[in-house]
Amino acid sequence: MELLDNLALGFSTAFLVQNVLYCFVGVLLGTAVGVLPGIGPTATVAMLLPITFNFEPVTALIMLAGIYYGAQYGGSTTAILINLPGESSAAVTALDGHEMARQGRAGPALATAAIGSFFAGTVATLILAVAAPPLADVALKFGPAEYFSLVLLGLIVSIALARGSALKALAMIALGILFGTVGQDIYTGTPRFTFDQRSLYSGIDFVSVAVGLFGVAEILRNLENESTRAAVVSKVRDLWPTREDRRRIVAPILRGTGLGSALGVLPGGGHVLASFTSYAVEKRVSKRPQEFGRGAIEGVAGPESANNAAAQTSFIPLLTLGLPAHPVMALMVGAFIVHGITPGPNVINDEPALFWGLIASMWIGNVLLVLLNLPLIGMWVQMLRIPYPVLFPMIILFAAIGTYSLNFNAWDVYAIVFFGLLGYILIKCGCEPAPMLLGFVLGPLLEENLRRALIISRGDATVFLTRPISAVLLTVAVAALVIAVLPTIRKRREEVFTEDE
Amino acid sequence: MERGKSLADILAGGIFVAIGGAFVVGSLGYSLGTPLRMGPGYFPLLVGAVMAALGLAIVVKGLVAGEVITLTAVPWRAVAAIVVAVVFFGFTVRRLGFVPTSFVAALLTTLASSRVRPWWALAVAAGLTLGATLIFVVGLQLRIPLFGPWLQF
Repeated sequence: MELLDNLALGFSTAFLVQNVLYCFVGVLLGTAVGVLPGIGPTATVAMLLPITFNFEPVTALIMLAGIYYGAQYGGSTTAILINLPGESSAAVTALDGHEMARQGRAGPALATAAIGSFFAGTVATLILAVAAPPLADVALKFGPAEYFSLVLLGLIVSIALARGSALKALAMIALGILFGTVGQDIYTGTPRFTFDQRSLYSGIDFVSVAVGLFGVAEILRNLENESTRAAVVSKVRDLWPTREDRRRIVAPILRGTGLGSALGVLPGGGHVLASFTSYAVEKRVSKRPQEFGRGAIEGVAGPESANNAAAQTSFIPLLTLGLPAHPVMALMVGAFIVHGITPGPNVINDEPALFWGLIASMWIGNVLLVLLNLPLIGMWVQMLRIPYPVLFPMIILFAAIGTYSLNFNAWDVYAIVFFGLLGYILIKCGCEPAPMLLGFVLGPLLEENLRRALIISRGDATVFLTRPISAVLLTVAVAALVIAVLPTIRKRREEVFTEDE
Repeated sequence: MERGKSLADILAGGIFVAIGGAFVVGSLGYSLGTPLRMGPGYFPLLVGAVMAALGLAIVVKGLVAGEVITLTAVPWRAVAAIVVAVVFFGFTVRRLGFVPTSFVAALLTTLASSRVRPWWALAVAAGLTLGATLIFVVGLQLRIPLFGPWLQF
């Protein structure tokens, strides 16, 4: 069995002492930022990225991945205990989870979230291991024309899933692509939009963009109305679900895992969509739909499994195509490149230990998360007492130090102010920051493959339509665009997402 | 969602038109090339034009039937404090060194909140400086001098 050999290789890599240690550090930090409102995994990964430059590549990626899926766990803890989802995907968990907590059943709600997440994480990791190699094989046959169409598809699907206006999301993607063109042109070496600043020749660092958009802009939004957060936390007891609870959560966990695994592959926050869809499905199939919103345990089990499964399978496009499905994945692309590895279909063959080690580490990470979250729940609750006036100077200071340590370049630090302010204004006006970051990371890929494809085809633009795979990808992209813009479907999308408010 | 004349849409669209336009103008200064062999200006020109067009569409929509979003007050104090703190950090970290720069930057950042008392702000800044020094300089071996040339006599 090739799969078993591969997994054996993966586990032997992931069980190295330093890898387990940094996996632990990653999930610990991830849980912490998931619990703390006001800082999310994207800003955290962006700030910590420079630190990982000295690590072995596999260790660095294991830790960064741990932050990402650890945050999904932490976000649900605060959603249940104080009705404050630390992560957008946990918003739906708060509906029934917090209601359960108010009825004195916080314990079973937390345990259900943990069990569901663990089961979903395990299954999704297995799916990732099975599905990635054949997909990578397909991707190896891709030429520049196919890559161009694929990147375009990825960008467009990401707006179909983003909430809010599709027009604005498209414009945000374009904005990201434009900022991505700053620096030396890849083919001619001409410096573009650099204002004769040497330090801009290598382009704007994406860490600055991410820290600005997701760190600084978020802090400014939080400082708009400073109200005292009253963290009245109910005591957690009787962690273990009753026999009746256990019977009721089995099916939702299974359905949530399936839904989440499928939706997680989609670009642009598939995990948020997964948890909302799962909630809607559970409510529809339930014999007691009136209980939803009043503390139905199914409403915790399904979405929690779905968002964790999606968090794992969102690594599939990253590891097989080199396409990030989420802003954190976009930062992981950067982490790969810094270590001299081009993310994409070659990773699985060129760096098998890294590829399988990363997958195996996700399962280890899930075990660590269960251990971290259930017995230590009291510690995470204590963290909520950290006042915001301590938290935000810490985030700003660490963001400045982190970006400065990238290249010891002051301009990288000034850039976080620029992108923080720009992001703040645009977010205020109802634009989503995630499409801009995806555009920024994918823009150079889009341009490079467009130009290469046209050089190969001798300037014949029909190459994108005459090559079958490329034509199919473009057709899907057009369909996705139509769906995103079409009013009737948009209305339904709004309905799905307004529950988030 | 409520629809109507929307200041947020007009503002956002205006920003997109302005930045898109700026990139278009900038691209015209570079060689455009042909579709066969695109010059450095071709792609940004294309994307800039698309973005300006999208921005215009958002403005028009904002005038007719935009998303009505209540624009909350801008926390000017926080904006000023954070901008000054981060720019100060970038400008002086090489000159003053890690410790004094971190301390002053953290102290400036605490001014963003109107509810922080002076002694408390000093304590937070000192604590964060100590923590950052331990993590970044001692733990991660970041090569930034603790005290820079401006402080050496």
